[in-house]
Amino acid sequence: MTESNVIETKNLSFTYGIGTPFEKHAVKDVSLTIKQGEFLGIIGHTGSGKSTFIQMLNGLIKPTSGTILLNGKDIWAEPKKIRNVRFKVGMVFQYPEYQLFEETVIKDICFGPMNQGLSEADALKRAKEAAFFVGLPENLLEKSPFELSGGEKRRAAIAGVIAMDPDVLILDEPTAGLDPMGRDLLLTQIYNYHKERKNTVLLVSHSMEDIGRVADRVLVMNKGEKAMLESTRDVFSKGYELRDMGLKIPQVTHIMQKLKLMGLPVDEGTLRVEDALRQLIPLLKKGEQK
Amino acid sequence: MSFIEVRDLKYTYNAGEEDAHEALKGLSMDIEEGEFVALLGHNGCGKSTLAKIFNGMYVPLSGSVKVDGLDTSDEKNQIQVRRKVGLVQQNPDNQLVAGIVEEDVAFGPENLGIPPLEIRERVDEALKAVNMYEYREHAPFKLSGGQKQRVAIAGVIAMRTKCIVLDEPTAMLDPRGREEVMETIKKLNREHGITIILITHYMDEAVQSGRVIVMDDGKVLTEGNPRDVFSNVELLKRHKLDVPQATELAYKLKNAGIDLGGVPMNTLECIKLIEDYIK
Repeated sequence: MTESNVIETKNLSFTYGIGTPFEKHAVKDVSLTIKQGEFLGIIGHTGSGKSTFIQMLNGLIKPTSGTILLNGKDIWAEPKKIRNVRFKVGMVFQYPEYQLFEETVIKDICFGPMNQGLSEADALKRAKEAAFFVGLPENLLEKSPFELSGGEKRRAAIAGVIAMDPDVLILDEPTAGLDPMGRDLLLTQIYNYHKERKNTVLLVSHSMEDIGRVADRVLVMNKGEKAMLESTRDVFSKGYELRDMGLKIPQVTHIMQKLKLMGLPVDEGTLRVEDALRQLIPLLKKGEQK
Repeated sequence: MSFIEVRDLKYTYNAGEEDAHEALKGLSMDIEEGEFVALLGHNGCGKSTLAKIFNGMYVPLSGSVKVDGLDTSDEKNQIQVRRKVGLVQQNPDNQLVAGIVEEDVAFGPENLGIPPLEIRERVDEALKAVNMYEYREHAPFKLSGGQKQRVAIAGVIAMRTKCIVLDEPTAMLDPRGREEVMETIKKLNREHGITIILITHYMDEAVQSGRVIVMDDGKVLTEGNPRDVFSNVELLKRHKLDVPQATELAYKLKNAGIDLGGVPMNTLECIKLIEDYIK
């Protein structure tokens, strides 16, 4: 293990209901390394093992076999200290807004850092920084979380995890149910947080467009196994394989791949509309002159 | 007379109280029988409130809503209205009640007091319509998200509703699940003539409808066929919406002086336009 790997899993497996008729291998023999500071996208159909996998990474589920190294240390070496792993690997669940409970937004965001043993003043400082990262305006912080809109509640919940300053931030479908601009904004904020803090971020999403925009590498899970772990462009260059796994590629990538097949000199690993434009404008303009 | 007629509809949550919130502010629309309408709008624009008004769950505070000629404000019409308009919600896990798929689908018709033989018939028919017949004896909790949503849709069809309102039915589904639900909705509309009102944040779903209605701030902002509405990229973006990537690409090419001569709604149309442009 080199210093640059924040997480390393070795033959990680989890089986539900061992010894019962409902025995099911949710995760099978996954070995991989996640680099310090990378933005990793995780995709896979429902039931592919994504959720079980990420819950093992922060010690919420104990693997039935295999190991997880966090900064080179086996997270289950001392089971009594597993709580510390949860501070270092922060998890934002799906629809986290249902987990808000405090009297005020700021108290809710402080809950994590206070549990870590920070003084009230330090927790407050962390909470304010976190609120800033997710774009929660200061005038909302003293309100009850229940007075906020859905999108604001979601941001408050994410801020609560960011405030713990985790080495690794895992987000499970953070933009589900948000309108297009809300999606866009939240995704940009998460991306900026990642750039500024240089923290490792793991993003689970069913939106190939979102993954295409922000991820450095993509882990594809299929039937509990690691199907691919490659750069985002390499993963989305394999449209047919992804389709067989019930997945898709971003629309713009699909278009560019078809144009490439038609003989246009374009990059089949194009992931964003802007990148497609940069290639197509000169090409199509040139065509005009002929 | 339209199947659904909404006239100057207003609805306020906690009306008269300190925390009153005006969700619908004088909205009018018509939905014809057999239409497939996509209802768009940013979070908090009033879409979900409207969905609950369509099936009589909420009653207008002022203005009127008529479903198949029945005034939804009239309490004695309530049960009739719910039989005509079924609602499918976002989270499939919150909608299934029984331990076996076919029992779940039978739940609605049982409550309507339908005789057992006819229930059997309706359940089979509904499960076939959503392509879930072979799963009729399965446990709902073991199904995928797309399958669960299709069972929820079957539960509505088994009540022989004329119209189904779906409130973000694919928000929690993976790409294949989303496709399954969209194919099911289109088939029900096309082959069974069921009126579909689809609330969604996914523009690639909205382009598959017959008509798009965009809501903003409790009112109708614009409406029309998908191609016309999605041509107006600026307007949509101003109201926190978006267009599919294929549409955006063509729009931005046009801004750069490359007019492909059309507004593509999906990847195939976009590729075709570029292909024609090169030739």
